[in-house]
Formats: sequence, C-alpha cells, structure tokens
Amino acid sequence: MKKVTEASQAVAEAVRLCRPGVIPVYPITPQTHIPERIADFVNNGEFDCELIYMESEHSAISAAIGSSAGGARTYTATASQGLALMHEILHIVSGMRLPVVMNVANRALSAPINIWNDHQDSISARDTGWIQLYVESSQEALDTTIMAFRIAEDKNVMLPIMVCLDGFTLSHVYEPIDIPDQKKVDNFLPKFTPLFKLDPKAPVTMGPVGFPDTFMDFKKQQQDAFDASLNIIKKTNSGFKKDFERSYGDGLVEGYMLDDADYVFVGMGTICGTARVVIDTMRKKGNKVGMLKLKCFRPFPEKEIIDSLSKAKAVAVFDRAVSFGHKGPVFSEIASAFCQAGKRPVLHSFIAGLGGRDVTLDHIEGAFSRIKKEKLPVSEWLM
Amino acid sequence: MINALHERELFAPGHSGCAGCGAPIVARIILKTSGPDTIICNATGCMEVFTTPYPRTSWKVPWIHAAFENASAVASGVDKALIRQGIRDKTNLVVLGGDGGTFDIGFGSLSGMLERGHKITYVCYDNEAYMNTGIQRSGATPKYANTTTTPAGKKIHGKSDFEKDIPFIVAAHGAYVATANVAFPQDFANKLKKSFEHDGASYIQIFSPCPTGWKHPSDMGIEIAKLAFSTNMFPMYEIEKGVIKLSRKPTKFTPVDDYLLRQGRFKHMSKEEMADVQQHVNEKWERLLKLEESGLRIF
Repeated sequence: MKKVTEASQAVAEAVRLCRPGVIPVYPITPQTHIPERIADFVNNGEFDCELIYMESEHSAISAAIGSSAGGARTYTATASQGLALMHEILHIVSGMRLPVVMNVANRALSAPINIWNDHQDSISARDTGWIQLYVESSQEALDTTIMAFRIAEDKNVMLPIMVCLDGFTLSHVYEPIDIPDQKKVDNFLPKFTPLFKLDPKAPVTMGPVGFPDTFMDFKKQQQDAFDASLNIIKKTNSGFKKDFERSYGDGLVEGYMLDDADYVFVGMGTICGTARVVIDTMRKKGNKVGMLKLKCFRPFPEKEIIDSLSKAKAVAVFDRAVSFGHKGPVFSEIASAFCQAGKRPVLHSFIAGLGGRDVTLDHIEGAFSRIKKEKLPVSEWLM
Repeated sequence: MINALHERELFAPGHSGCAGCGAPIVARIILKTSGPDTIICNATGCMEVFTTPYPRTSWKVPWIHAAFENASAVASGVDKALIRQGIRDKTNLVVLGGDGGTFDIGFGSLSGMLERGHKITYVCYDNEAYMNTGIQRSGATPKYANTTTTPAGKKIHGKSDFEKDIPFIVAAHGAYVATANVAFPQDFANKLKKSFEHDGASYIQIFSPCPTGWKHPSDMGIEIAKLAFSTNMFPMYEIEKGVIKLSRKPTKFTPVDDYLLRQGRFKHMSKEEMADVQQHVNEKWERLLKLEESGLRIF
C-alpha cells in the first residue's frame, strides 16, 4: 500500500529497515528531517540502534569510522558545508574500506551562504573514494538507500556510498511511496559480517602508515574495487527488481525515450523529472528527444554512457555544479568518455539551477531547440 | 618492579621511536595495566607513526588510527559498536593522543566524547610540542620554549605564552582527571586502573620527555621527568568527582632553573625569564594546594 511521505521520511524508513547498529548524527539544513525522523523511531522504540549525537560533521563521519571498524553497520547523513567539513575523513573511510552509507541532501556551498539545492557539495567530494548514487524521486531515494548497504558491504566492493537526493527539491517533497516489508528487506540485505573488525580475540592494526613501498598498492586495490562495483551495482539493481518489482535502469544509468532519440538530455537528480515532462510534450509534437539519467556518478559508467548516447545527433548535459575555470563536471566526464569512442554526438554543456535557482520546463525545452540548431558545441550558463 | 601488572608484553619492541622517547613507556604501561582485552584508538602523531609502518605493527591488541583531530570521535563510534554487539563490558577502550592532538586540533572531538560520557580512557602523552612534524609549538608548549615555530630570536625569546590548563578544562566536563609522569610508572598504572573502573569518561595527561625536541641527552629523560615533578613544573594530581587531590608532593623544593638548564630548548632564557617561570609555577602550585585543602567540589 502506498503512503504519502516526505522523501526524508522515506529515507529514514529505508534506514530503519536496513537495521544499522550505529548512527552518528549532526544536523545541517536540508538534511535535518532525516535524522529527526530516525530519532523519532528510536525514541518511540520502533528502531533499536545507537544514535550518537556528535559535535560536528567531522566527528560524525569519524565516529562512523569507529563504529564500522568496530563491526556495526553504520549510517549517517549530511549536506553542503557538513560534507565539506567531512572531506578529510571521507578519504579515510574509503581508504580503510569501510562500507558506511550516507545520504547527502544536496545543497550549494558558500559563499554566499545558500541553503538551496545544487550538486556542488557532492561533486566536490568526487575524488574522495565514495560511490555516488543520485536519485530522482522519494521512492528511488528509499530503494537506493536499501540497495546502497548491499552494494557497499559486498566483499568485492567494501567501499562507502553516498546516496544523493536534492535538498528541499526532493528532501522536503511529499510523494506516494511504497514502504517495503521488513522481512523482504532482511531477505535482500543479509546481516553485516565484516571481514575484519576491532576484536580483542583477533587483534588487527587498522589505519597504519603506508610508506612509498606499500601506499600505491592500497590505492590500486581501491580502484579495482570501484571497477568491480560497476557489475555489483547492476546486479543489486536487478536483484532488487526481482524482490521488490521496481528498478532504476540498469542501476547505473536510466534511459527515457532514448532508443530512437536524436537529441538527448543528460542530468542527475530531480531535474530529470522536469526533463521527462518536456520530453513527453515535445514527443507529442513529433520531436525525437530523450533523456539519459545518470544515476551512478562514481564509479563513472563510461561504457553504458557511450552505448546510450552514441546514436544521438546531439546531447545537452545539464550540470548543477561547476568546476570553476572549466565546465560542468558531468559534461567534462562524458566528453572525456567519448574520446575513446568511435562515433560521438555533438556534446553541449549547460550549467543550471545553482543555489536553488529553478530549472524550468522552458530551460530544458530551450536547450533542446538550441542543440538542434547549433552545429558547434555550446557551453552556457542558464541564468 | 611495578605491582600487579600483566606479565605479558602487548607492546612489541622493534618500533622506530627515538632513543629515550617517553611515548613507548606510556604505551607499554597502558597495555601492561589494561591487558589483552583492550582497544586502542590512536590520533596521528609520533606514536602512530613509529609503531605501525605497514606491514609491521607494535600492537598486540586491536588498534585503529584515522586522523589527527578525531581519535575521540572514532573511539565514540567504537564504543557504541561494541555496546551494540553486547561485547562492551570487558573491554578497556583507550584513546592515545599527543598534546597537539589533544590540546589543539583534537579538543573539539575530546570535548564531545567527554560530554557524552563514553566509558573511554583518554591518555594524552604530553611532550609539549608537535614533535612528529618537527618540533613546532602547541598549546601545551611552555612559555619561552625554543621550538621551530617559536625560535629563540633576538627580539622574541621562544614561545610568548604559558600552556593551556587542559586537565582543569576536561575536569569541568565532569570526567575523572589525572596527571601522571613517566618517571612514576606505578602511579600511572594506578590511575589507569581507576579510569578503567570509572563509569564514564577519563582523562590522564602524562608527562613524557622528548630528547629530540627538548634537546637533552637521550639517557636523561627520566631524570628530567623527575625534575619536572620536584620543581612543580608538572604537578601530579587527580580530580575525582570535581575534588582535587595531589598524588604526591616533593619532599624538598627544587628551583625551576635546575629543570630548565638541563634542556637545550630553554638554554637561551635570561634570569628574569626563569624568574617569570618560577612565579608561574609557584602560583599554580599554591592554587592546587589551596584547592586540595579546601576539599571543595570545584566542578
């Protein structure tokens, strides 16, 4: 039965269903509704877990290291400045191969200070060694959070995962969602059994010094795990479909009206919902337009992107973040992927919706008309 | 011989600590007191670096290091993970940090750990500067000390300010607090034991000489540590339930000059500067005596 639920509540429901043992939290707008709903569950006796009230996001993610290394399934959530404050430790969580799951309620980074949505926070954490999944709807936020624990804890992966949902635009939006049964989730997500943990019966040293003779080997193993995770993410998505009768593309990318599309929109998160509406309207008028939703940004699904876009005439990549002095990060990566490909569409870059500025139907329709006309690549800010 | 300690050595030799370093003594006494049911959370610093060059380790108990400023937060997570698995009771959870990782960069996470009252023993091995990065001043560095960032120049003679009184700040959080000295291992062991039995957070700050940073011969560390006690440069006390008790008092008064002149880091000091230190030490000592005499619960 579907229930009208706020996306943050949906995420909290997902977390409860995954039974993490420890949740260190620190509040930041617009992530707050997630830990608040989790605290409601815990304090009402509906969810048995150790909630630790930390003194900063830096400490929250540090406590997550301790609890995950201590053998407990571990979850936290943050946004924006909080994610930036965690930055140093994000690298360490991944380097220590701890499968922590964290929701990021995407929000702009200061200055000027701004609490509204864009992707600058998680994009700036791109190279911290976290798998990054972006979601479009409340249902997808709930489902992806559940999938994230299974992917992260897979013995061939053992990497932390950020499940990114747009702040306010999704985190505070109510939609009808299906909350799965506990039994079904337990069946999908087995108990957390770490390969190693801090156990006086079998002592291990975690987080040693890596000198030049060993450091690079650790890093190569991390990269190999990312490569392996591409398949695990796909498998987890199909496993989820089998158990819950829902899935999201192949788990990495999701096409919409893509098969015969000449002109393709590419984006991440809620902006894809707006694009669907534009595509539906334009299709009715006979325009061959479609969308490629990028669900997984790290690992970067190069092959899937090339396969999905190589037949198109032109592609409009919408970035809700910018690499200052260069272009949109998603655009740059897609362009780089196509360097290896034989046939490629004309790739256009649009920076849109920074700091909560609306990305409207007109913006997306305008971009489609633009890329239909332009022979040379466009690089533009949609103000 | 130290009484009632575990015979087993859980801190292996062969590490790369400098000759005469106090930190391995601290680690060894901790593990000889706590035994094998112990988990160590180590902040970045000399201790972490010289004991764990992968694939070698000095630690025969579970040990974790993540970063410089977050050992208390990491330990808070370990604590809750053990509680969650129903295996918390028997295990001694110890945080190890240097003075930089405790007084300065790690103070926020230490304060959070203290506020939440985790049953964790925080041991700060205090060698009065950032030694791992090459002897830079910290909040624990004494006034006038020559460090690489507070050089004894012609205009400014070493560090300009006295050290922070972290034990009192920690005590204000309601924790069990003790100061100790590597020259008095039995006293340290007794305080550790008390902390392991204490139902809540504990903080022990142990005076730990650094021949490399303090510029003294490597076989003089313990003698200098004894002078730190007999000059009252580093008094040993406990704060239990907010009440102060001096662990021992020097039987005869030694002027601070005897302590200062043994170390290269103070050799530039003038008579007036030494007198300034003497006055500071006297004031601190008298305050401690008065507080002890009063028997008042100050926190």
